[in-house]
Amino acid sequence: MDLLYNIFVDPFVQMAGTPDFFLQVLWEGFVTGTLYSLIALGFVLIFKASGVFNFAQGIMVVFAALSLVGFHALGVPAYLALFLALAVMAALAWTVERVILRKLVNQPEIILFMATIGLSYFLIGLGEFIFGGEPKSMITEELGLPTGSTVIDVAGGIVILQHIDIAAALIAAILVLGLAIFFSKTRIGRALRAVADDHQAALSVGISLNQIWAIVWFAAGIVALATGIMWGARSDVSFALQIVALKALPVLILGGFTSVPGAIIGGLIIGFGEKLFEVYWGSLLGGGVEGWFAYVLALIFLLFRPQGLFGEKIIERV
Amino acid sequence: MSIAEQSEPAENILQVNNIEVIYNHVILVLKGVSLHVPKGGIVAILGANGAGKTTTLKAISNLLNAERGEVTKGDIQFEGDEVQNLSPNELVRRGCIQVMEGRHCFGHLTIEENLLTGAFTRKDGAAAIKRDMEMVYNYFPRLRERRSSLAGYTSGGEQQMCAVGRALMSKPKMILLDEPSMGLAPQLVQEIFEIVKKLNKKEGVSFLLAEQNTNIALKYADYGYVLESGRVVMDGVASELRENEDIKEFYLGAGGGAEGEDRKSFRNVKHYKRRKRWLA
Repeated sequence: MDLLYNIFVDPFVQMAGTPDFFLQVLWEGFVTGTLYSLIALGFVLIFKASGVFNFAQGIMVVFAALSLVGFHALGVPAYLALFLALAVMAALAWTVERVILRKLVNQPEIILFMATIGLSYFLIGLGEFIFGGEPKSMITEELGLPTGSTVIDVAGGIVILQHIDIAAALIAAILVLGLAIFFSKTRIGRALRAVADDHQAALSVGISLNQIWAIVWFAAGIVALATGIMWGARSDVSFALQIVALKALPVLILGGFTSVPGAIIGGLIIGFGEKLFEVYWGSLLGGGVEGWFAYVLALIFLLFRPQGLFGEKIIERV
Repeated sequence: MSIAEQSEPAENILQVNNIEVIYNHVILVLKGVSLHVPKGGIVAILGANGAGKTTTLKAISNLLNAERGEVTKGDIQFEGDEVQNLSPNELVRRGCIQVMEGRHCFGHLTIEENLLTGAFTRKDGAAAIKRDMEMVYNYFPRLRERRSSLAGYTSGGEQQMCAVGRALMSKPKMILLDEPSMGLAPQLVQEIFEIVKKLNKKEGVSFLLAEQNTNIALKYADYGYVLESGRVVMDGVASELRENEDIKEFYLGAGGGAEGEDRKSFRNVKHYKRRKRWLA
C-alpha cells in the first residue's frame, strides 16, 4: 500500500503542495528539452537526406564550440570567431562529403554508419590535438548572450529563470523556424526533401546528391554550433558533451528519425519527463534516474511504436 | 538500311556505339548494344523482361553508377559529345533526362513541388520556370487539378503524367522514357502516348522509349530496336517492324498462326525466336 501511495499519490500531492517548485522543475525540463531537440535536429537533417545515422553529430557539437572558443582565445573578436567557427563547419561538411560520403555511395547503410563512428574518433583526436583536452568556458558574455536571471513571483512562491536559458529556447525556436522555411520554400530545400524521398529519382531529375549532402552536413554543423554554444554556456565546453549528445538517440526513437517536429517534441518530452521523474519519483529508486530515464522510455517506444510519434507516414494508395 | 545510317551522324541527337554494361563487376548485362536516335525522332526499344531495355536507358542517363553498374566498352554520344563519364546532373543540364520505370514521383511532395524539382538544374529564372509550368499544366490538365495534393496519394496515371511533366520542366532536348505503360489502363496508356507524340511535334523533344507493349510503341515510334539478352537482334522502321512476322508472333501474339500452314518449321526459326519460345 505504501509503495502504491508513493508512486501514484504522493508525487502529485507534492506537486500541488508546492506549485512554485513544480513550475521550476517544468522550466528546467523545458530548457533541457530544447537542447535535446537541437541535438536531435542535427541528426534528423542528416538522416533524412542521406539515410545515415550520424554518430559524429555529438562530437560535431563539441568541435564547433571548441573552434569558437579557440578562435576567441587567439584574440579574434567574438563575432568574427563565430563566423570562423561556421566556416570550420562548412569546411568539415565539404570534406566529409568529398572524402567519406562520395566514396561510400551505394554502400549499405551500416557501412556509412560505421564511417561516421570513425569520423567521430578522428574528430576527437583532432580536437584534442588542436585545442587540448581540458574543459574551456564558453564566451557567453562576449557573444552578447544574457547572463543574469529573473525571479518571478507565482503561485505563492518564486520561479527563477536564467536569461541564458530563455535565450537558448528563443534561439532554438528561431533555428527550427528557419529550417522549416528553408525546407518548404526554397529550391534547395525542395531538392533536399526530394532526395529524402527517393535518391534514384532525385538523381534522375538532375539533383546533385553531392551538393545536397554537403549542404545538409553544413546545416547540421550550424545546428551543432548553436547547440555547442548553448550547452557550453550552461556547463562548459568539454569532450564530455558528446555523451550528452547521445541522448538524442532516445529523442529520435520517440520522435521518429525523419521528422523535424518529432525531434522537437521528442526532445521536450524527454526533457520534461526526466526532470519530473527525477524530482518526484527518483527517490523511490535511489535517485540518479535522469541518466537512464530517456533510454527506458525509448525502449518502451521501440516495443509499441517503433516508427516514433511522428515517423514519416508511409504513404500507401488504396 | 536504317534511318540513322542514311543520315549524317550530326543529325543524330543520340548515338550509342556498341556498349557493354557490367553490374557489380561480374554480371554482363549488355553485350554490345548500338542504336541511334535522330534529332526530333521517337525511337522505341522493345523486348521482354530482362532483355536490357532499362539498363540501356540507364547507361545513357548514367544512373547506372548508382546501381553499381558501369559501361565497360563502347561509347555514348549526345549531340556529338561523349557523355558516358558525365554525371546525371550534367546530362540533365545538357538536355537529356530520364523518366524512370515505375514513375518514381516524390511521394511526400505535392504535384507542383514535384514539377519544380524538375527545374533544379535550370538557371534561367523563376519567370521562365513559371511559364514552363503553365505549359506542363496545359499538356496535363489533370495535374493542374491535383497540383496541391501529395504525389503519393495520386493515381498511377497521374503519377506517370507527373513524372513526364517533371522531366519536361528541365527543358529537355531528349527524354528517355522507361516503360510508360506500366500498370496503367489501356486508355491511359493511349493518352500518355498521344502526349508524347504531341510533345515531339510541338516542342521538338526527341524520345527514346523502352516498352514492353510492342503494339502501342510501334504505333507511335518512328523506329524500333528489338533487344534480347543484352543484344540488338533486330531493328527497323516502325511500320515495317509492325508487319514483321516474327515480331507479330512473339511480341504481338498474332500472325505466324498456330493453325496456319504457313507456320515455319522450328528449325527455320531464328535464334532469338527459338530462345523466346523456350523462355515462354
